[in-house]
Amino acid sequence: MAQVASLTLLHNDDARPIIEAILADNPGVRVLDMPGCVKLDRDMELVVNRASVEERLGRTWDPQEIHLVLVSMAGNLDEDDDRFLVGWKH
Amino acid sequence: MALQALSPDYEKHIEYRDAEKNFHGNRVVYVHWEEHLSYCAPLAFPLPPDMPFGAFVEAIIKGHYNAHPDFEKIDWDRVEWMIDGLKTKPDLGKSLADNGVGHKSLVRFWTPGLSGYKNSAS
Amino acid sequence: MAVKKLGLKQRYAHMTRGLDWETTYQPMDKVFPYDKFEGIKIKDWSAWEDPFRLTMDAYWKFQAEKERKLYAVLDAFAQSNGQTKISDGRYVNALKLFLTGVSPLEYQAHRGFAWAGRHLRGVGPRVASQMQSLDELRHFQTQAHTISQYNKYFDGIAEFRHMHDRVWYLSVPKSFFDDARSAGPFEYMIAVGFSFEYVLTNLLFVPFMSGAAYNGDMSTVTFGFSAQSDESRHMTLGIEVIKFLLEQHPDNLPIVQKWVDKWFWRGHKVLGLVGMMMDYMLPKKVMSWREAWDIYFVEAGGSLFQDLARYGLRPPKYSDVATAEADHVSHQIWATFYQYCHAAAFHTWIPDREHMDWLSEKYPTTFDKYYRPRWEMWAEMEKQGKRFYNMALPQLCQTCQVPMLYTEPGNPETICFRHSKFKGDTYHFCSDGCKDVFDGEPEKYVQAWLPVHQIYQGACGGPTVPDVLAYYRMNVGADNMDYVGSPDEKLWMSWQAGAVKAAE
Repeated sequence: MAQVASLTLLHNDDARPIIEAILADNPGVRVLDMPGCVKLDRDMELVVNRASVEERLGRTWDPQEIHLVLVSMAGNLDEDDDRFLVGWKH
Repeated sequence: MALQALSPDYEKHIEYRDAEKNFHGNRVVYVHWEEHLSYCAPLAFPLPPDMPFGAFVEAIIKGHYNAHPDFEKIDWDRVEWMIDGLKTKPDLGKSLADNGVGHKSLVRFWTPGLSGYKNSAS
Repeated sequence: MAVKKLGLKQRYAHMTRGLDWETTYQPMDKVFPYDKFEGIKIKDWSAWEDPFRLTMDAYWKFQAEKERKLYAVLDAFAQSNGQTKISDGRYVNALKLFLTGVSPLEYQAHRGFAWAGRHLRGVGPRVASQMQSLDELRHFQTQAHTISQYNKYFDGIAEFRHMHDRVWYLSVPKSFFDDARSAGPFEYMIAVGFSFEYVLTNLLFVPFMSGAAYNGDMSTVTFGFSAQSDESRHMTLGIEVIKFLLEQHPDNLPIVQKWVDKWFWRGHKVLGLVGMMMDYMLPKKVMSWREAWDIYFVEAGGSLFQDLARYGLRPPKYSDVATAEADHVSHQIWATFYQYCHAAAFHTWIPDREHMDWLSEKYPTTFDKYYRPRWEMWAEMEKQGKRFYNMALPQLCQTCQVPMLYTEPGNPETICFRHSKFKGDTYHFCSDGCKDVFDGEPEKYVQAWLPVHQIYQGACGGPTVPDVLAYYRMNVGADNMDYVGSPDEKLWMSWQAGAVKAAE
């Protein structure tokens, strides 16, 4: 069974650039729409890159701002100043 | 003791909350009509140990299971009994205690031929 | 010269580990007296990997922002009389179940994590636990505020605190947390942080919050999303705890395995209430309990335990039993509340034809064969003016405290009976899982405060049902009984009539 890394985000204006960045940076990502939120799944690893979000947002962005729109996640978290990553790799 | 506790004599300080002596002369008895799961679970009653088994049937069992459409059809002479996992034929004239019904004993009974609403075990 | 900025990992390390110290005035074992008795061995606390790196300033900033947004929505909901726009008056009963059964657990979690945040020797888990403690208090407060709007109009809500500590079905969730909080700090972290907040959390939150979304309850949906961002941090703490314990010492594996088995099973028993809610209490259905279990346990749990297998951990014992039970429990539990709602603080009702057809479709192997007949029989009885109320008290499982309503695995036509003898007394269980929990620590569970036995000991107001309902502070004729004929129904119908009139 493939191990699925996942992020579920609110489907609102604040999350839009983040969702777009995720779709651009994660080949093979699968999207599941749910009421008010969107679940993004990918085998093994899913990453949110600060630079990608900033490109779409038009201002500097702190990856920890994701806490405002994060609903759920699956996978081990690794975060630093440049990215927020969930995955099952070791 | 199996439990890991801060003090090695933990079990000396515990309260056995449902000891028979806490029930004011009664013991807890559970009764269950098999194949009639519309009664969602066995019923629990606090009863005197010297209550005659016959009174237990009349007052308790008949008093509480009479809502079911199968109830009127029960042939009480053909009812099959099990007390604490052992098939038995209770003596209606003897007490619960003398019939082997102890504290927290489970009395199960079957009514052959009657297996719930439209035989669904409900 | 430009000042070099510290990276997130370094900043966080300085603010947490950097402020920790080895005590010298008192020995460390005296300062941390509770973290050795469970037998868990930690060789090196510095190997703890922080699951998230929120310093306090970031925490306050983000939490304050979430609060601002949430309370704006709660205000708007109240101002627009949002409670009149839900799908149906029956829906509010899901909220009653939530406030009486779940919200007090948030408070228990607040206390539990505050305690763990003091008594774990490692600074990393202490800081994370302290933040979680604040989160859980926030959840309790926001739930109370969210549901307070409904309390202005609907019954069964006002006495939630009093009822949680006394009412028979509420001892199920209460005893779950009492058990966790009276354990040691490591068991607490595995019980709540891992088993509940990681393995099972989606099975609590998604049903209630999606249920709210589908049934027009904007305030609860908004609360749900606001809390979920906290939950993500809780999940990362839970997974880090179990990985850390399993990596620290091989002797920890059997202890952790025992806890994973125990707490999965105890959590599964509490979640039966949620299954009932999903399948029977939502006028607009989200998905079935069967479907939710398959997504959030079988699939998601499968990935998780595959990952943890590298430590030698196996999936929880009786996972297969719980998975098979998902076809039965919601029906069995709603049937239980149907017959006992004269003693419950929420209403029940018979599912209508359309609802039963939905249940048939979602449960093709079980509903029509085992459960539809029950509803048909009771519908007949209702028509004859003899709506079935079971006036005798049920036998309860010694461990999970749920009535003994579960059927034998593989045979849904007979109750599952298990028992153990301990120091001359008999104890009864609904399942092998609950029996195993008791057998593992009998000295703990013989102390259980079982509501039915307490009533029979005279500890609950008196011997009769009215005595007990008064002890529960139940508003008889309003909080309890069938939805049909209730004051809630009357109120709801009057709103509908008013709305029709206004539209004409």
